[in-house]
Amino acid sequence: MNVAGLPSYRFSHASLMWWGMMGLIAIESSAFALSIAMYLFLWSQAPRWPLHDAPPALLWGTLNVALLIASALPNHWTKRAAEQGAERKMRIGLVLGALFGVALIAIRALEFTALNCRWDGDAYGSIVWLLLGLHTTHLITDVYDTIVLMAVFFFSRPLEGRRHVDVSENSLYWYFVVWSWLPIYAVIYLVPRLA
Amino acid sequence: MNDPLARAWRDPPGIFGALCATDHKTIGKRYLVTAFLFFLAAGTLAALMRLQLARPENTLIGAERYNQLFTTHGTAMMFLFAVPVMQGMALYLVPLMVGARSIAFPRMSAFSYWIYLFGGIFLFVALLMDSGPDVGWFSYVPLAGPVYSPTKRADIWAQMITFSELSGLLAAIAVIGTVFKMRAPGLTLARLPLLAWAMLVSSFMILFGMPAVMLASTALIMDRLVDTHFFDPAAGGDALLWQHLFWFFGHPEVYFIFIPGLGFLSTIIPTFSRRPVFGYPAIVLSLIATGFLSFGLWVHHMFATHIPELGKSFFTAASMAIAIPGGIQIFCWLATMWQGRPELRTPMLFSLGFFFILVLGGLTGVMVASVPLDLQLHDTYFVVAHLHYVLLGGAVFPLFGAWYYWFPKITGRRMSERLGQWQFWLFFVGFNVAFYPMHHLGLRGMPRRVYTYPADMGWTTLNAVSTIGALVIAASVLVFIANALISYRRGALAGDNPWDATTLEWACPSPPPPYNFAAPPVVGTDDKVTGLAEHTREVLLTTVLDARPDHRLALPDPSIWPFASAIALTALFIGSIFTPWAVVWGAIPVALCVTLWFWPRRAETEAHLALEKRP
Repeated sequence: MNVAGLPSYRFSHASLMWWGMMGLIAIESSAFALSIAMYLFLWSQAPRWPLHDAPPALLWGTLNVALLIASALPNHWTKRAAEQGAERKMRIGLVLGALFGVALIAIRALEFTALNCRWDGDAYGSIVWLLLGLHTTHLITDVYDTIVLMAVFFFSRPLEGRRHVDVSENSLYWYFVVWSWLPIYAVIYLVPRLA
Repeated sequence: MNDPLARAWRDPPGIFGALCATDHKTIGKRYLVTAFLFFLAAGTLAALMRLQLARPENTLIGAERYNQLFTTHGTAMMFLFAVPVMQGMALYLVPLMVGARSIAFPRMSAFSYWIYLFGGIFLFVALLMDSGPDVGWFSYVPLAGPVYSPTKRADIWAQMITFSELSGLLAAIAVIGTVFKMRAPGLTLARLPLLAWAMLVSSFMILFGMPAVMLASTALIMDRLVDTHFFDPAAGGDALLWQHLFWFFGHPEVYFIFIPGLGFLSTIIPTFSRRPVFGYPAIVLSLIATGFLSFGLWVHHMFATHIPELGKSFFTAASMAIAIPGGIQIFCWLATMWQGRPELRTPMLFSLGFFFILVLGGLTGVMVASVPLDLQLHDTYFVVAHLHYVLLGGAVFPLFGAWYYWFPKITGRRMSERLGQWQFWLFFVGFNVAFYPMHHLGLRGMPRRVYTYPADMGWTTLNAVSTIGALVIAASVLVFIANALISYRRGALAGDNPWDATTLEWACPSPPPPYNFAAPPVVGTDDKVTGLAEHTREVLLTTVLDARPDHRLALPDPSIWPFASAIALTALFIGSIFTPWAVVWGAIPVALCVTLWFWPRRAETEAHLALEKRP
């Protein structure tokens, strides 16, 4: 069985990178789900919720929802460009992704100032900071990842086709950062208003 | 023909080269040797505890030291021996069993080993500096919280968790990638060897289970370091939250260890019964069912807490239900032996030892799964007996069997059969003499984790007997070490397939060359895979279900950066015990190292480009 004629990279679930990325997403999803479970558990044990503080102010967090969802568009475009092998488009897409990322991190910093609680105030404050901190860690790592990938596309020569797979998988991870924010946003911002 | 292949695939020479190594066999062997050394160290701690308990009011070891001993013993056995040793077996064997030339993510596997090694050294250095954790291997709050454990001991435990779980998670991803994408053509999932199935299931469980304990230990360290209140009832926190998070991981963890053990048995028993395993689909489904059910049992560790009675009944039922897939497998093995001609070689003896020991552990498991009895026996030596019967029966007996079985593949030489039989009987007898009396000690009310006891409790004789058993176990392990060392140098040459086994790892030389298979097999035919590059590390990827050839992939060359990244991350983890700012400043060297790890190298890229073919 001669395999010399087979392609040397492929996209999506044909690629090994996709499975690695899915493994990572499975781990991170478990961590997010368990953190939300921690939040709900602490809430279930509390006489009132939040324990002492006012609910977090809605402005910055909600703005981040809008911006994260908006970032899915250039992300989709970049992923398509990667799968078509269009390197110029990929460069533009990576720059756009990095810009979105930096803006999101800046708004995230403002979000921390509007939580109306401290991590060392009580258990409510601790779990709110943990949830937001956990998502922020993912935000920062993926933005850093995007910037490194961008640098590879601008400065590293020659470039292998399999780097296109890296761009595609980076976009996949960005989707995870986007969609995982929605349940976390709901827990941080909406649950205290329901309770 | 093989020379360029060997040049392309072998690890670089010298000490620097050893730090760059990415061959899955090198990493697997390192995992196995390191895990065995931790097993010896943790076993020595157990022997010291047994000596202390040999007679009442003994003064060999004081209370504080004793607390460190049992904590480090349990922690090291679970986190630094049992889980990593199974992953080491997977990293070594799975690529060979699926007919691949490499593990899926070679550099990440190397990184996972270094993180594991550094985390383990960290724990034992702390113990030697009299700073070992002393709050039990499950580190319950409030004892482990900032009020009752003001020293760094509990932080060291929590951060050791971060090391070992990170390493475990990465190794699990590598195993999943290998099983799903790197199987030889024709090796469909329906033909996958049962050990590979077991490693696949336990790797998936690791992905969903380990994050719980990482999250818990992070929350604990934050409670201790930056004054959060997750587990502090005075500020709205909850101590039971710790137990939920810990056991949501901790119960599946037993199965991370046990399921690979089942995989060993499903490999060894058919080989020595001289027939294919009975009920392959039933065994595969049982492995998967066990994986799912094991996530529904964690509350049975918490029957002595104030959770609702209805909840307890559910978890009792689930604890009984998991016996069903276990039972199915045992009957499949019995049927295999019944219809075959079993040969009692050492690996087979250890497999039969499993039946005896695990069944006893399973029976006491059914006992403690019942809430009223559990309340009586909770925190007594009955539980210590139960957990050792389950863990040693379920994991260590099959593991010793597996070591005898695959030693010829790894080293090219057979182990001595005579010493092997000696070791088995010493281990089997010593184990029962050491742990069986503990059932009775527990029924007579002896609590676990006490450093001594008065003479008039009626516990003296049984404790003395148990200590004798522990010494017999030690003798057995010494026989094993002697056997391994002697056989490594002077054992009979094994040849490719000394046991006439049918799985693919026996289709390559012993020990395997760096590239595993000169021509990777095509399963179900006499054909071989050709057309893979010989001057660079190219592998064939196949489709997930049917293992049809899909594409070629040039894997990265060895690199120092996984090692450097592990050093940088170790500095961050250890620094964070002392100041939260270590997480911020420590992240800079980590980011730098990981970036250099990823950054493409020109020569390597050019070699890959010469082979590039767009999809």
